[in-house]
Order: sequence, then C-alpha cells, then structure tokens
Amino acid sequence: MSAHDNSAPVAQPARFAFTPANLEKAKAHIAKYPPGRQASAVLPLLDLAQRQHDNWLPRAAMDVVADMLGMARIRVYEVATFYTMFNLKPVGKHFFQICTTTPCWLRGSDAVVAACKKKLGIGIGQTTADGMFTLKEVECLGACVNAPIIQVNDDFYEDLDGRSTEALIDALKRGEKPPVGSVKQRQTSAPDGGPTTLKDLSFAGGKR
Amino acid sequence: MSDGGGGLAGRTIKFFLDEAEVEALPGETIWQVAQRNGVEIPHLCYSPEPGYRPDGNCRACMVEIEGERVLAASCVRKPAAGMKVRSASERAKFSRKMVFDLLVSDQPSRNAHPDPDSKFWRWADKVGVAAGRFPATHHPKPDRSHPAMAVRLDACIECNLCVRACREVQVNDVIGMAARNHDAKIIFDFDDPMGASTCVACGECVQACPTGALIESALVDERGVQAQKPNREVDSVCPYCGVGCQITYKIKDDKLLYVDGRTGPSNLNRLCVKGRFGFDYVSHPQRLTKPMIRKPGMKKDAHAPLDPSNPWSHFREATWDEALDVAAAGLKKIRDAHGPKGLAGFGSAKGSNEEAYLFQKLVRAGFGTNNVDHCTRLCHASSVAGLLEGIGSGAVTAPFMAAKDADVIVIIGANPAENHPVAATFFKNAVKRGATLIVMDPRGQALKRHATHMLQFKPSRDVAMLSAMLNVIISEGLADKQYVQAHTEDFDKVAESVKDRTPEKMAPVCGIDAETLRTVARKFARAEAAIIFWGMGISQHVHGTDNTRCLIALSLITGQVGRPGTGLHPLRGQNNVQGASDVGLIPMFFPDYMSVEDPARRAFYEKLWGAKLDPKRGLTVVEIVNAIHADEIHGMYIMGENPAMSDPDVQHAREALAKLDHLVVQDLFLTETAYYADVFLPGSAWPEKTGTVSNTNRQVQMGRQALPLPGDARHDLWIIQELARRLGLGWNYAGPADVFAEMKQGMPSLDNITWERVDRESSVTYPCSAPDKPGDDIVFSDGFPTKSGRGRLVPVEIRPPAEEPDEQYPMVLTTGRQLEHWHTGAMTRRASVLDAIEPEAHTSLSPGDMARMGISSGAMVRVSTRRGTIELRARPDNAVPPGMIFIPFCYAEAAANVLTNPQLDPMGKIPEFKFCAARLDPIAATAAAE
Ligand code: SF4
Ligand code: SF4
Ligand code: FES
Ligand code: FES
Repeated sequence: MSAHDNSAPVAQPARFAFTPANLEKAKAHIAKYPPGRQASAVLPLLDLAQRQHDNWLPRAAMDVVADMLGMARIRVYEVATFYTMFNLKPVGKHFFQICTTTPCWLRGSDAVVAACKKKLGIGIGQTTADGMFTLKEVECLGACVNAPIIQVNDDFYEDLDGRSTEALIDALKRGEKPPVGSVKQRQTSAPDGGPTTLKDLSFAGGKR
Repeated sequence: MSDGGGGLAGRTIKFFLDEAEVEALPGETIWQVAQRNGVEIPHLCYSPEPGYRPDGNCRACMVEIEGERVLAASCVRKPAAGMKVRSASERAKFSRKMVFDLLVSDQPSRNAHPDPDSKFWRWADKVGVAAGRFPATHHPKPDRSHPAMAVRLDACIECNLCVRACREVQVNDVIGMAARNHDAKIIFDFDDPMGASTCVACGECVQACPTGALIESALVDERGVQAQKPNREVDSVCPYCGVGCQITYKIKDDKLLYVDGRTGPSNLNRLCVKGRFGFDYVSHPQRLTKPMIRKPGMKKDAHAPLDPSNPWSHFREATWDEALDVAAAGLKKIRDAHGPKGLAGFGSAKGSNEEAYLFQKLVRAGFGTNNVDHCTRLCHASSVAGLLEGIGSGAVTAPFMAAKDADVIVIIGANPAENHPVAATFFKNAVKRGATLIVMDPRGQALKRHATHMLQFKPSRDVAMLSAMLNVIISEGLADKQYVQAHTEDFDKVAESVKDRTPEKMAPVCGIDAETLRTVARKFARAEAAIIFWGMGISQHVHGTDNTRCLIALSLITGQVGRPGTGLHPLRGQNNVQGASDVGLIPMFFPDYMSVEDPARRAFYEKLWGAKLDPKRGLTVVEIVNAIHADEIHGMYIMGENPAMSDPDVQHAREALAKLDHLVVQDLFLTETAYYADVFLPGSAWPEKTGTVSNTNRQVQMGRQALPLPGDARHDLWIIQELARRLGLGWNYAGPADVFAEMKQGMPSLDNITWERVDRESSVTYPCSAPDKPGDDIVFSDGFPTKSGRGRLVPVEIRPPAEEPDEQYPMVLTTGRQLEHWHTGAMTRRASVLDAIEPEAHTSLSPGDMARMGISSGAMVRVSTRRGTIELRARPDNAVPPGMIFIPFCYAEAAANVLTNPQLDPMGKIPEFKFCAARLDPIAATAAAE
C-alpha cells in the first residue's frame, strides 16, 4: 500500500487465527458495543491482531477481523490503510518511529535520523537485513516538550540527540531494554536541568 | 401552499435561488431544486441517478448563501425557509473554478485521456478551465488486467462515486478508497489488479465514473486512450435473464460499442456482467447467416463430436426459398402421413412475445397439434402448476422491487446474486435498510453474507423443512385467522397434514435444528410484511409442485400476500419466459392460461385463427422426446431452443433428435441441436429485432432493433410467417405490432396495454386498469382469480427424490447456472468477455471432499451417474456442502445434462435437475497436470 511503502511485494501468510487468549480479548472488545454495531470494534481487533503477529498486519488477519465483525473485507482494508499505525508489511523487532515534525526538528531530529541511518545502515522505510530494526518517519507523537522523540514499539525515548540515539541502538542490540522516557534522566516533562519553580516544597512539610 | 394546504405541499419549503423564489420538496437539496428549475450547477462527486447519495466531497458545486461565512456544497445542503442562495456569485464561481483548476492539473492531457468527452471535461469546459496551473502529482500506471474494463487512476479525481456504486448501489463491496491524503487511491480488494479481484464485472462503477478513470475496455486503445466513441444509441431491454433490465445500446455506425443501464422499473440503471458486456455473440465468427440444407445421406450421429465453426461438413448453402420449401414440405409430409400428432414444436423463451405467439399459433393452427412447449417446462413449470392451482395465476403476485417494503425476505432454492444479479442488488439494499433476510438453500451463496439466517438444509428435503415451519405457525397460533377465513380454503387439511411434522421431528430429516426452524417460522409469521422469492431449487424436483404448495401455504396462512412488501415471487429465469408462457407457448394452454380442452376457448381461437384445433392438450418437452423414441413424433420445428443441451439425460434427447425424419432448426449458431437439423434457418439476434418481452415482474417491455441483420439472416417473425404460408396459412402480418394487436384479442391480461403504449413508455406492468394508469404491481389484495375467489391450500406428502445416493453413486449431483453464462451457453460462450471470465467447464466441490479424495484445485475429475459420464476440472468451493457435486450446465464439452435424471414432477412435468445420485473419481495425475 502506497501509504506505507512501495518496495517488494509482501509475502502474505495464508492463514491467521487469534490465539485463544486474544480471542477472549477480542470478544470482550466486541461485547462493548450494542448489537449491530460490532464494526465499532475494528480498531482494537486490528491492533490485537498486529500485536499477535510480530507487529504487522497480514491480509489474512484483516479478513478474520472482517468476518468476525460481519464487515465487508474492503471496509477493513480501508481502515487498515487509513491508519498509519497499522503496519501492512513485516517490520523489525525494534520498530523505530522517529518524529520529525517542527518541534522535534527544531530540537535536533535531523541528528537523530542521521544517527539511526548511520548506525543501522538503512534508510527511512527500510528494515535491517537481520530483521532487528525498522526506521519510519512520523508526524508529531504528542510529546513535543521532550523533543526529539523516537517511539520504539510501545515506548517513547525522549530528549534524544545523535549520541544518545546511538547509545539507545547499541543497548537494544545488546538485548537490553533501556529505561523508557527521557534519556537525560529528566523527570517526565519537568524543565531541562531540573525544576525552576516549586523547588521548596514547604507546603509538604519542607521536603524536597 | 405553505399556508396549511396540507398534503405534500404543506411540507415544502420556499427559498430564494438567484433572486427567484423557488420551492423545495421534502428532502430535496439545493442542487436538486436548482436542477428542477433549470439552473445548472457543476457537480462531479454527485450523481443525480437513482441509488446514489450525495457525498459532498469534491466541492465542484459550491454556492453562496447569504449570511453564511463559508460557501456550501449544494449537492448535500438542504435549503431552509427564506434562505437566499446565490448559485452564480463571483465568489461561488471562483471557488468552483479553483476546484477544476486543481483537478485538471492532475489529469492526463486531454489528447491522451481515456475519455476526453467525459462529464468531468464537459464541466471543465463550461467552468472555463482548459489547463491546470499547478504541478501534477500522481501518475499511477494503468491496470488492464480485466477483460472488460480499463483502469486509469491517473484520471481519477477520488470523487468516490465508484465506491458508492460498488458498495451502496450494487453492494458488491469490492472497491474501496485506501490510505489517506495524497496517497488516497481507489483499490479493488486489497489493491489487487481489477482482473484478479473479486469484482463481478457489473460495470456499475464504469457507468458512474465521471472522468473515464474506469472505462469500458472497448472504448480505449492499449494505452488506455480513447479510441472510439458512439454516434447513435437505441433504447432496449437485456436479452438474458427474467429481471428485464432496460439498456441503451451505444453504437458506432453499425457496430455495438457498449451498453449502459437505463432507468427501467426493474433495474434503475443497474446491469450485471451479461447485460453490460455480453453482446458480441451477435458478431461471433460462428454466427450462421445463410439458410442451409443437410447434405444428402449425411448421417445424424448422436455421438459424433460437433464443430460449430464448420457447418459445411454436414450442410450445404441454400436460398431462402429453397430452404423454406424443403422445411415446409418435410413437415407437411409427416402431417399427411402420421397426422398432426406426428409433429411437435419447441419455441423459445428468449425471443419476443410476438414470436412466441406466432410460433404456438403455427404449431396449433398449421401443424394441428398442441405439441408445443419451451424451456419453461425445464425451469418453473411446477411453480406455475402450483400457483395456478393455489391462487389461480401463474405469475408473481408482487415485483421483486416489493422487497424494499418487506421486513422479512425469504429466498429459497434460488441464487439471485448469480442468476438474477440485479434483483439481488435490491435484496441487498433492503438488508442495508434493515430487512431480515432468510436464505434457504443447500448450497451457500453470495447472499449468505447479507443473510440474518442461512439455512443450508439437506438437498431435496424442502417439504420437510417447510412443513416444520407451517407446523410452528399453526401450533403456536401465529396464523392470520382473519385472512385465512376471508381468503383461503382447506386450511384444516393443511393443518392436519403438518400436525405431526414438528421441528423436532423434521430437524433430522432436513438437517436444520428445531430452534432455528422455530425462530425463522416465527419471524416470517410475525413480520409486518414478508415476501418469498424462489428459484429452480424449488421447482426442479419430482416434488417441485409440492414445494411450491408449501410456499403458497406459508404465505397464505400468514396473510403475507396482496399488500406492499408481501407476496409470492418465483424468479423467472429467461428474459421472456413469463411472456412466452403467457402467450400460450405451452401444450395445455392457449394464451392467458386458457385450457386448450375448454370448448368455448377453442371455438374462440378456431374463429380467430380460421383453423380446426386439436381438442386435447399436447405433450411437454420431455414427453416429446420420449414420443420420438416411441415412434409417435417424426418431425419437429425448433426455434431458438437447445434441447440437446438443456434436456435432462441429454444423450437420450440427442438420440431422439437424431432419430427424427425431419427437423427444422431456426437459430443463430450451429447449436448442439442444430447439428441434427435437416434444414437450418438463420434467425435474428436480440439486438437485431423489435418486439416485446415480459419479465419476472409482469412488466411488458419494448426491445428495439439496434443493428442490421447480418448476411442473409432474417427476422424470426418473418421466418415463422413464411413457413406458415407454405403450410397453407394465409398470414400477412406487417410486423410485430400487428401480431401484438391480434394477440391482445385473446388476452385480457393485456387490457389497456397496446403496442404504442409499450413503445412510448418502454415498460408497462400488467394487469393494468386504464390506458393512462400504471399497471398493478401488487395483485390479489382482495381474493384470488380462482373459481371460489379463495386461495386453495393443498396438503402435501413428504416424498423422497427419485434417485437417492447409494453405495455405487454415493454423492448428490445438482446443476445450475453461473453469473457469466446463460442457459446452454449458446450466446454467452460466444461473448468474448463472458467467456474470458469463465472459459472452462468445471465442477464445484467442497474443499473437504477434495482433500479426502486427493483432488487438487484444477485437477480433472470424472463425474458419473446411471445415465452417463463427463470429465471436467475440479474447483474448490466453500459454498458446496460435503457430499455434493455442483455443475453449471452451460458447457458443451462437459454437458451436465448427460448426467441428470429425467424423472418428472407428476403435475408440472419438470425434470429433477437438482438432485440425482452421482459418483466422483479423480483422474490419474498425468491427465490432471496442467
Ligand atoms: S475511479 Fe472514477 S468514480 Fe472512482 S473515484 Fe476515481 S473518478 Fe471517481
Ligand atoms: S440482471 Fe438479468 S436482465 Fe439484468 S443485465 Fe443481468 S442478465 Fe440482463
Ligand atoms: S513534534 Fe515530535 S512529538 Fe510533537
Ligand atoms: S458535487 Fe457537491 S461536493 Fe461534489
């Protein structure tokens, strides 16, 4: 699908089936909606399928979801191609979504992208030969205060620069899972370099 | 008007359009009001055709509304009282022009465009945009994977009309709009090539597309650039199925380029693949356009293979005079030697009413026998028998359009998505509207996805299943007592007969669990309005009439007849099977189902036709074949019918045809039947003649000649008349209008319907109460045309099929049609698009059976019954239940009817095409390799 990438055709598995545990979850999602409105569960079900299937959504899974929800298959294809969060071809184990929208860009996302490319030897939209990393450029991830950001699978790594990006990749390559959030040890979105107000928490008994 | 006048006017709204005060009907948009008032507003994503809702996405139709900050899309915006709309303000025009500017920028250049005369370009011209000022972006490659349609998405403006065509109008759900923003694009399934997608080629999208991005392949060259365009058009009706879709032929000189759907009452512009793309059979190289006479001494071998490309091995060319003389002399000789009983005729349900009428008149008045029949015998004879007995009329009580008013729609023994495709679209529309759809059929089908209940019962156990429903309705007190009392008779007999047939007892017989039987019976009985449609799955059984009786009982005891959204509707198969039967092309009836054994009626026709008539009913299709074998019938005249393919146990039928002393065949091709002819008379194809046809909805419609007759071919009406003259009948009809006028004299059903009226209105429903009123869509709101005026309820026995599976023949064979092919394939297999889509004989099998027997997809298999054996390719099909073999009967190279059982329903005399015992064997792998 052109929204995602135009490279080689995807080898589609012939079959897909939810695991018993996921099937239960799927049923719970469907049960949230009134009769005749099962189609409302399409997004959570597609997400469930993608999580079960190495973070990408094969056609067979969309067909299963369509049939479960009594939807025409084409409707599910439309949904799956509309939302860029669905991967329609295989992605690496570590799926990097690098934000390059204005705030991240002003804060140095160019260097982050460059570090990724250099370290992994691949371009945006590509996957390393060992199937470990995929790079994708995305629009605002909604965490601009800690720009620039990379989302790796479900986790945000924030306040990145070229060096810390390389360090992140190295750690992932070693099989570690670096702590999520700001790589500068910043407390959530408190000001860079530490709090500038409310330093003295006298109201809380003078504790700092 | 708005001053409390009441009625419609009370709900209209007045507003101002470009200073003039105008009125909007309820629900009308600004665009529609403007259109009605002759104010043109450009539009691209909106189509005013029936079935298309406005989507408001292209912004080509913007208008200014006083007091509103932004412009409004007139195609979706509804006016409010007093609103001041300016359709031609500078601001509105500028905005619309900008839309075209942006769109034209992205279009291929006009001289390399698939359709430089498209709606899009015509509007661009009017708006005044010849070239875009913006850089172009997308240039997708053309997709030429489909045999009938070209895809050039570089000309697509993403107006979404094709999506609505595919999803909301025809409800095929193949086309979608994928991705978003500048990546948005039209896709077929998961962006498959169109030709590889699940597209059923109805062509609705092509007719809807305003740019030519989707277009008939016939109109573009290999680059997808316009190659030719029509210079005239003729309105007519589709020659294929009983739906009777109205069409417009688009013609260049004398060549048919393409066909568009027209707003007929049964199709509202829609068509299926056959009616849109199935016409080039008329110019197929095998078309015969010279009269021919069998060469002397040329044997008729029932087993010899036939080469329809080369008739000259068996025939020689003749002049019309010679051929007609020989044809008539042969028939006369038999009449003189053996009496009228020595002759018989098969007419056709594919010709016009006028041809059918003249044909039966020729057989009755010229041959002197009632041995005249046609393929209705093979399709709905038992339905008609049951209906005549039960409600006194063999036609439908309501058109299929009544589905739009129904709460519950039952479709049993029918597969409309393949056999009545346009009717199926209206059923799907009804489901979208909220109707409950109950499909009952041993074989799955495309409508299953839309069905609330799908009852895949055991083949041939219809009576058991329907009896259980009757049992539930009666025992639970759901019958409509008032209706039963007022309008039916023999309710008690039926109640008694189904008393013990509880769902629990019938469940193991029919294979549907008791709970489902109860649910479905209750839904049907309790519905405000419920309607039943059926097809050959009901009629083509030895208990076909019994099946029909059950459906009639179901409908009558619940009072589900005679009101909007209710009724009994056997979906008629052929374009004119209703009409051919109406005009008497059947052995027991004169026109309008008047018994040939009724002396008064006979006297009427003896006077009208000036001939002595046979006082006894004649033989039916299968009986005629048997009578040939029994040396009773020696000569036949067959017009447009192909019994050598369509009859059950077809080898037996072929042997009969080969045995005839004299056979006259009138057709377009050297059909399997024509092969045994002594004289061949080349007739006219549907687009080459004018005449009326009557569809399944009782609509008499006008077919008009669009193309000249090729070579020496002649109008069938002329041929019949010439034969009649040579048999001593002094006929002198100037044309179909004359025949229609005569036909009417004996047909009260055609009261108030004249040739001129049908020509003027293109379609008139019968019965019709006045020359200036539309006909009655829904009949029998107050009683039935039976002797007692009541509907007769008839109890039935549960009877097994004539041939049950056994050890030697362990499976069930059932036959039918498929979407692309028509009847015996004589026309459709010579239509290039249709044959390209389905080129080869195959049998559909359950994937489970195939795995069990080690048969791979596409492998050759052998199917045998007690009557014969054929070999063909296996195709896995989830719709087919285990133990069943389904074979379409259109393939001459593996004719399904070699296998079928000629056992007849005792009343309808219809053979049991839907059930016989068969065996399936894989053929050694070497042969299967492809
Ligand atoms: S293909 Fe034609 S109908 Fe479909 S979106 Fe494009 S322009 Fe509209
Ligand atoms: S539905 Fe029937 S009448 Fe209509 S186009 Fe198709 S074959 Fe012709
Ligand atoms: S711009 Fe990167 S997270 Fe918002
Ligand atoms: S025609 Fe009105 S928005 Fe397209």
